Amino acid sequence: MSEKNAIRISDVDKVFNEERDDEVIALSNINLDIKEGEFVSLIGPSGCGKSTLLRLIGDLLEPTQGSVEVFGKSAHQARIDQDYGMVFQHAGLFDWRRVAANIELPLELHGWSKSDRATRSQEMLDLVKLPDFGGYYPRQLSGGMQQRVSIARALSFKPKLLLMDEPFGALDEMTREHMQIELLRIWEETGTTVVFVTHSIPEAAFLSNRVVVLSPRPGRVHSVIDVDLGQRTESTREDPSFFGAATEIREALRAVEEQE
Amino acid sequence: MNLNTFKSRVSVLWPPIAVGIGILALWEGAVILFEIREFLLPKPSSIWGELRENWEVLRHAGWETGKISLGGLAIGIFAGVLFAFFATLFRFLNEGLTPLAVAVNATPIVALAPIFNAWFGVTGSVSNQLVVATVVFFPVFINTAKGLTEVHVNEIELMRSYAAGDWTILREVRIPNALPFFANALRLVAPLSVIAAIVAEYFGGPQDRVGNVITSNAGLARYDVAWAAIAVASAFGLSLFIGALLIERVSTPWKSAVQLEETTKK
Repeated sequence: MSEKNAIRISDVDKVFNEERDDEVIALSNINLDIKEGEFVSLIGPSGCGKSTLLRLIGDLLEPTQGSVEVFGKSAHQARIDQDYGMVFQHAGLFDWRRVAANIELPLELHGWSKSDRATRSQEMLDLVKLPDFGGYYPRQLSGGMQQRVSIARALSFKPKLLLMDEPFGALDEMTREHMQIELLRIWEETGTTVVFVTHSIPEAAFLSNRVVVLSPRPGRVHSVIDVDLGQRTESTREDPSFFGAATEIREALRAVEEQE
Repeated sequence: MNLNTFKSRVSVLWPPIAVGIGILALWEGAVILFEIREFLLPKPSSIWGELRENWEVLRHAGWETGKISLGGLAIGIFAGVLFAFFATLFRFLNEGLTPLAVAVNATPIVALAPIFNAWFGVTGSVSNQLVVATVVFFPVFINTAKGLTEVHVNEIELMRSYAAGDWTILREVRIPNALPFFANALRLVAPLSVIAAIVAEYFGGPQDRVGNVITSNAGLARYDVAWAAIAVASAFGLSLFIGALLIERVSTPWKSAVQLEETTKK
């Protein structure tokens, strides 16, 4: 992890349906810096604006006030420069493309040659441990496998920033825990910065360097919790330091609830 | 096709064929047993006899009606797809056009046939083809527009995160997403086009077509010939339906891909 900022969010407000009867203040006065190579989770009750914040970083939404800088430039420029990889809860694989062609889609759009694309998609399939599945259609795969393909696609062009919106939310608990270990391995191998939206306290505690707890209506940063579990393995889940981190996050979320 | 898929196709095909033959046999038997008079319900064997007897006339009628169905299909599909694209590109058009199309689609369009005859004349095929085209247009338009617009929001966000513009999203996401919807519409309108053509022919037009062969022979109490003409039309409708199925199979191969068992857990 370097000391350079990957993301700098300054005084950001986000208002939907501004100056209308159904106006909603989704985010208010958000300030947050995320360092290069950092793994940061956003957690909070529904309506706290965590997905909105992720979309502001990804330039899928524009802030009403304030600014979002990514790698020292505007979020818009970062999107045009293809600095982002995105993964959603809905795997979002295209049914009509085979698995390898799905992974190659961003490469195709970025003008890679056919042979480079094929080489890279095979590398990515190896990385997510699906080496023999390139020729299948997404529908033929289980939910967990589809989500791994989705991660492979997001990482295929080596984006500097990976934005994940509850990517494991639809998976069963065991698959989810496997995927978390896989994600950490990939994160360590690629050194990419990750912003990860989740509902799950143990997931946030297990994966993150820092956990940002948001409070709802309007969404604000309630607290930021540092987590240091060192090298994580399956046994980390039974370690007191893991429980400690989870407890700290849980208490922050309780405090958020009581605030309401 | 290997032996196993061949066997599975045979096992899918034989029950409807067996049931069909059974129904024909029951029909034949019932007409003989209950002494139903031929003008009320001719035996399948008499219909078959008339079909062979009048083959030249019926083949020609089938061909002429077929041209009307196919011509109407082509116009209706082309217009339906074209409007679906417009509706996707211009949202206000979609919001105005789609509910209207749904409403119009619920009205019996074949009832317009006599009016179309007045507009476009009864001597050529144009009037009848336009009836078919109108019937075909709405399901194709509604379904295709639905396929072009009903794309998961995450899929659009994903494309935008790759800095893809609207045209790229149209080409890479909306059009392939609409293919199964279009194929569905095609399966619906293919046999519908034959129905529309025949009903339109009932209201006038050249006398050498299936619709007119049915009405004129029924008028002469030659019901077995009318039935034979219906058989020709059914066969044509069925082959259009099979054609639509084939197009669906070829254009959306991912639909028929078989779900895998989860083979790797790690």
